[in-house]
Amino acid sequence: MNAATLPSPSKPRPRRRSRSVLPGFGISLGLGLTWLSVIVLLPLTALAIRATELGLDGWLRVLGDERIQASLKLSFGTALAAAVFASLVGLLVAWVLVRYRFPGRRLLDAIVDLPFALPTAVAGIALTALYSQNGWIGQWTEAIGWQIAYARSGIVLALIFIGLPFAIRTVQPMLETLGRDPEEAAASLGASRWTTLRRVVLPEILPGVLSGFSLAFARGLGEYGSVIFIAGNKPYSTEIAPLLITIRLEEYDYNGAVAIAALMLLASFLCLLVINLLPMLFAHERQQARHHG
Amino acid sequence: MIDMRDAPPANDVLAAPRWLRWSLIGLAVLAMLLLVLLPLVIVLASGFSEGLQVWWSALREPDAIAALKLTLFTAAIVIPINAIFGTLLAWAIARFEFRGRRALLALIDLPFAVSPVVAGLCLVLLFSPSYGWFGDFLTAHGIKILFARPAIVLATLFITVPFVVRELIPLMQQQGPEEELAARSLGASALTMFLRVTLPNIKWGLLYGVLLCSARAMGEFGAVSVVSGHIRGLTNTLPLHIEILYNEFDSTAAFAVASLLSGMALVTLLLKIWLEARHGDALAAEHRRH
Repeated sequence: MNAATLPSPSKPRPRRRSRSVLPGFGISLGLGLTWLSVIVLLPLTALAIRATELGLDGWLRVLGDERIQASLKLSFGTALAAAVFASLVGLLVAWVLVRYRFPGRRLLDAIVDLPFALPTAVAGIALTALYSQNGWIGQWTEAIGWQIAYARSGIVLALIFIGLPFAIRTVQPMLETLGRDPEEAAASLGASRWTTLRRVVLPEILPGVLSGFSLAFARGLGEYGSVIFIAGNKPYSTEIAPLLITIRLEEYDYNGAVAIAALMLLASFLCLLVINLLPMLFAHERQQARHHG
Repeated sequence: MIDMRDAPPANDVLAAPRWLRWSLIGLAVLAMLLLVLLPLVIVLASGFSEGLQVWWSALREPDAIAALKLTLFTAAIVIPINAIFGTLLAWAIARFEFRGRRALLALIDLPFAVSPVVAGLCLVLLFSPSYGWFGDFLTAHGIKILFARPAIVLATLFITVPFVVRELIPLMQQQGPEEELAARSLGASALTMFLRVTLPNIKWGLLYGVLLCSARAMGEFGAVSVVSGHIRGLTNTLPLHIEILYNEFDSTAAFAVASLLSGMALVTLLLKIWLEARHGDALAAEHRRH
């Protein structure tokens, strides 16, 4: 796909022909763009413009607000922790699903998608019920003094639930296409199992792991439904940034809401950028390695 | 064809020791049970904890029925729009080259990454009678968008944009334009080509995208919560109704409604697995299951 989009002025492009023969370019692109503009672009533009209207003073006031600082720190911190944990568990589950055959493997593979399908509010009340003081799991963790529900651990837990499918489903196909051959070659050349995993498998699947990580992080950062039930929502301590947006809205503090939202939108842009740049970055690196090798 | 991975050679150099293999499997299964399956189990267990009668009466409640109706109403608008415009956009992106194609792909992905609450706020900034861009116009003409059904539909549309397009683009690229070119060169009209060649080729992928889209449309919480106004019996969707019941400490009713919503989610999940197993060849490569 990358090669196809590069302009090659000297050679006649074979795709050119298809443009004239295949119908409907103008109308499909036109209608599609209209749809995207009305549904996605227009609302986001409204946010961007309102954010610039805040002016320097408005921004300084908002950024100096300690409650906003605390909520942003909490959101970024918990999303990061959850993405790390989800990536590790995701790597394990993807490896087990691809490499091992055991009874119930298909079922395990099927429930991976459950967090995609389960509405976030349902996940929220279910996790809270499980991990609160007299819940199935919470009663045991609280017995050893570890409070999960209505604490930061609970937020991280909900975000792990949301992020896990991303972490698994990005690594799984890469392990599948990698196959066993490179590892068998490495082993036959005398590499130890550990060396093979570190030097052969990990570099190959790293783009998948990183893009799974970024997706889990981006989703975790913005997640609302599953978190607000389990978080406790105490200002300065367990109040996530999206929740503070809704609170500021209810107080008619539009400037505060706009500022937090603009910062979160910026973070989403950066995550998307990383996800989109990763494949190119790795393709480039591999090419260089090939040239030098 | 024999799947080699199903039958590893006897003298497998990569075989982990038995104990290690089984502890990895055990760990993975345990993690998924605790983190993913148990929440579903407790929804069903709590929903039915006081018997079928209580479960049924929680669903028969007028507010619950109104919420179910609104959720289905929203899905009934959102799904066809996504299917139609998603197919159009996928056609333009997969079959033609043009400037800004990559930027367009990034724009399609954006709703995946944007927080639902931010999406909801953006709609408030457009349609709020006091603060929104179109506020004066809407008030002057007596049109209500925010805290009413139109905003709920718009918020759901925003969130569900990527599902159908993102499913169809890789599939169409994979299939290539050859069959469509052949149809055209044999004199088929644009409509005939679409109905007889394109649509049959993408129908399972389209259904797959529609399934993902409908699961998300029925379960969306954050964006809808910001724009709905939470008016009981009027602008409450099923997920919002669950929140209200839960906050009123009516947890059995909350879980009863949650079990209904989970049931709908499970149906889409099962259909998706069926699609992957039966029509895997007609889906984009990343969704083929072995």
